[in-house]
Amino acid sequence: MRPALVWLAAALLLLPLLPLIPWAFARGWFFPDLLPSRWSLAAWDYALSPAGGLLPALGVTTLIAALAATVSLALALPAARALGQRSFPGKGAMMLLVLAPVLVPGLAVTMGLQGLMTRAELTGTLAGVTLVHLIPVLPYATLLLAALFSGLDPDEEAQARSLGASPAAAFARVTLPALSPGLAAAWALGFLVSWSQYAPTLVAGAGQVQTLPLLLFAFLSSGRHDIAGAIGLVYLVPGLLVLALASRTLGRGLGASR
Amino acid sequence: MRRAPTLLLLAPVLLVLVPLFGGALLFGAARSLGHMPEIGMDGWSLAPWREVLTDPQTWRALALSLWIAAAATALSLVAGTALALGLARPFRGAGLARLLVQVNLTVPHLLAGAGVLLLLSQSGLAARGAAAFGWIDAPAEFPALVWDRAAAGTIAAYVVKEVPFVTLLALSTLASLGPGPVEAARTTGASRWQALRFVTLPALAPTLSAAGAITFAFAFGAYELPALLGASHPLALPVLAWQKETATSLTERPEAMALALMTAAVAAGLVGLVARARR
Repeated sequence: MRPALVWLAAALLLLPLLPLIPWAFARGWFFPDLLPSRWSLAAWDYALSPAGGLLPALGVTTLIAALAATVSLALALPAARALGQRSFPGKGAMMLLVLAPVLVPGLAVTMGLQGLMTRAELTGTLAGVTLVHLIPVLPYATLLLAALFSGLDPDEEAQARSLGASPAAAFARVTLPALSPGLAAAWALGFLVSWSQYAPTLVAGAGQVQTLPLLLFAFLSSGRHDIAGAIGLVYLVPGLLVLALASRTLGRGLGASR
Repeated sequence: MRRAPTLLLLAPVLLVLVPLFGGALLFGAARSLGHMPEIGMDGWSLAPWREVLTDPQTWRALALSLWIAAAATALSLVAGTALALGLARPFRGAGLARLLVQVNLTVPHLLAGAGVLLLLSQSGLAARGAAAFGWIDAPAEFPALVWDRAAAGTIAAYVVKEVPFVTLLALSTLASLGPGPVEAARTTGASRWQALRFVTLPALAPTLSAAGAITFAFAFGAYELPALLGASHPLALPVLAWQKETATSLTERPEAMALALMTAAVAAGLVGLVARARR
């Protein structure tokens, strides 16, 4: 592919994000106008009002994603160490178990859990939605951390141990610092995976837990494209932030290796 | 040196994933057999499966979901591979181009779908562009790419999301391959096309088949994009399942679960086949 075609492809990939911007600041934008004839913040006023529900949805989505990412990281860390640094019988089966929730559609999994969730009185609660978000988030965290562990040198921790460090101290002082950029990346990935979930929230939330994607869907299907544009722009932010931070870190890494 | 038993290290993940994921499949299977004790349905019955498997709507939904997944996967693989080959060679601004291509990786699927809706609907930005050029006079003259029977909008949204994914995986494989093999083929007389056909593509094949299987499984089983961008007739399989789940009649819930399990079985079965073929 020639560079001109590469630029064209990049532009085409980003084209769907473009109409969100004029919609979010339009006051009446009718066919065939290419740009709104009047600009305003009315969509934001409505979205931020109690009726719009943007702020509570933003809070709920952020809280669930942060919880799911943090819990997943804590649960995944030991397993990732085993998967990344050890070989053991049943390792293939373990990898399969970790991969399966990524590949099986979230709608089917969450629908299957409904009976259990109802009996545990978790349906329609924040805790219940966070729990079902663990199903896709935990695998991503485990796989990413396992890849990080497999790149670490286990001898360094062993050297710390032979110099008298306790297993906990060797882990905290040697392994954890070496992992920390990776831990941040795994947390960010987990956050984004939860942030993007639609079907599991729809099923487990039972209309009681309103996250940003559910709100966005509601305004899109009621034809309020201006409010959907405003919500869409807010919904875009964490991904762009992570991308900007990741490209800076990667850029520094490349610069240092030269 | 003392070290923690492997099983102990695996326990936290196992204790969460086995009950949640295994429980979902097990209790889901029971539910699809009409066993829903939480609402007083204590019996077991094959009727939901019989009902679902003899309903022509199921097979139309299956066909539509297979079409969406196949088209999205094929387009994403071709475009993603071409884009990776273009980005692998140095050119001015290549770093920026790579960054721009990666943006959609972090964009949630529903947001990509929202963008496609605002871009491709009959009064969307593309239709307005066509009107500015004088190609159309009214929204209805713009081709129906959203809420259409061929699911063009749904497929477009998946392609926009999955091309960056394929590109990134293919780029990392190309980077580990290095320019050596292609240069060797070229100096021994291979044309550019021959080098691509016999050196680069075979090296990319394992990556592309894995990326293709993941894309297919996702596009086949995900709910939000066909729900937002699909026609009301025919419905994609996951949309049909959720429509039955939320129907007023409780007897349709086991049928909904059967449809959801069908979706899961096709998605997982395909990935299994690809994994087996690669061995």
